Amino acid sequence: MSETLDATAETETPIETLPLDAWHRARGGRMVPFAGYAMPVQYEGIMAEHLWTREHAGLFDVSHMGQLLFSGVEFDAGLEKLLPGDVKGLGEGRMRYSLLLSEEGGIHDDLMMTRLPADNAFEIDGGTIYMVVNGATKWDDLGVFREFLPDEVTINHLEDQALLALQGPEAVTALARVLPGVEKLVFMTAAAFEWNGNPLWVSRSGYTGEDGYEISLPGEAAEAFADALTAQPEVKPIGLGARDSLRLEAGLPLYGHDLDLETTPVAADLGFALSKRRREEGGFAGAERILAEREQGSAMKRVGLIVEGRQPVREGAAVVDASGAEVGKVTSGGFAPSVQKPIAMAYVPAALAAAGTKITLVQRGKQHSAEVVAMPFVPHRYVRKGA
Amino acid sequence: MSRYFTEDHEWIEVDGDVATVGITEYAQSQLGDIVFVEVPDEGKELSKGDDAAVVESVKAASDVYAPVSGTVVEGNEDLADNPALVNEDPEGEGWFFKMTLSDESELEGLMNEAKYQAFVSKL
Repeated sequence: MSETLDATAETETPIETLPLDAWHRARGGRMVPFAGYAMPVQYEGIMAEHLWTREHAGLFDVSHMGQLLFSGVEFDAGLEKLLPGDVKGLGEGRMRYSLLLSEEGGIHDDLMMTRLPADNAFEIDGGTIYMVVNGATKWDDLGVFREFLPDEVTINHLEDQALLALQGPEAVTALARVLPGVEKLVFMTAAAFEWNGNPLWVSRSGYTGEDGYEISLPGEAAEAFADALTAQPEVKPIGLGARDSLRLEAGLPLYGHDLDLETTPVAADLGFALSKRRREEGGFAGAERILAEREQGSAMKRVGLIVEGRQPVREGAAVVDASGAEVGKVTSGGFAPSVQKPIAMAYVPAALAAAGTKITLVQRGKQHSAEVVAMPFVPHRYVRKGA
Repeated sequence: MSRYFTEDHEWIEVDGDVATVGITEYAQSQLGDIVFVEVPDEGKELSKGDDAAVVESVKAASDVYAPVSGTVVEGNEDLADNPALVNEDPEGEGWFFKMTLSDESELEGLMNEAKYQAFVSKL
């Protein structure tokens, strides 16, 4: 028997350790190299961890991600040259999804940005932008920011800061016991909290489609805080494997797989990241191409697929036309534990992108039938304002 | 009856003219939750080392090789509907296929249980 592919392990050297490394190992986490760090791919098993998160609350260590602060002179205007989102209009304590774009309209990274209030956990002026970028791309992102932002913009890379995510319908109950008041946050808002004398920055957000929180805290406090969370009966530690299957079911793209420098925001079906004012004004990297695509449509489109049968169709499988010619590519795929079917994301020609379209996939010489469906595969359960 | 093991974590148990093939406890524990198994059809001719079956977990797709040469006489049909049987009982109910052997001497190159356990303990 031999493994022909592994969807979660990525080999890069050298491998560094994160603040919770020993904590994961002590809890039976199976560590794999990911984004240059040793990370837990699973504890008791991906399927059980996935289902636990959908029903209760899962604790994810995402300390490999890049945490950046932007301050100084006219950093809003500088960021708006690289991101298509409304940075200037982002209110304090508000969080927004955005994209770091290339001059050609491709995607360097996808990210979350938040406007900090004066009361923040980072000992920095109110108005600063806090940004979380992908772990595998953070060094390249820093290069892009440094190259294109004016020298007067200050970038702080919070390398010693840990980042945890608590996700699932019971996350609010568990976290409110440890940090009273977090229940008052709504989806895509954030605020400062204190725990045992440590400053915490907490947002109601995540990458699973479930209600939940992301918590930035000093690395040296991470073990004790993770212990406090897993002491709650609702909470179990969850590995990267389930993080991937949860985000796939939630229809959320993964950078380096579903998004890259060859994909544009319109092709990636991330048009919501182009804010109205920015669409009207332009002036961001790749704007000409992206705004034209928004009017005329892109040649390819990211879609969700449900695959017939039980066999997973994974990243790299081809989308073929009636003659067998390759016309697209599967960029993520696997067996979906909550859907109990194989699902995938793929780039297909615009003519094949409508929900209900039947398409054919080829993996290792074998054909699979699939149907285009609207995403998410599992409904989002975010807690929004007024809900 | 004797059971043999390969370095690729297949087991083969020979009972008279027919041998049963599956993957080991170690293999299933490494793969994790198994969601799909494809077994060979009856009559398929296999040479030692050929791709004989496919096993997919949530995490990865793997090939199962023929531990020896021969002809498939039966695939385990239960695995189509219940692939998790391989996790639950890999060296019993979770068997993959049965085959006749065309060259029994090929068994000599395989490990017995004690040797296989020693092999796994070093991984």
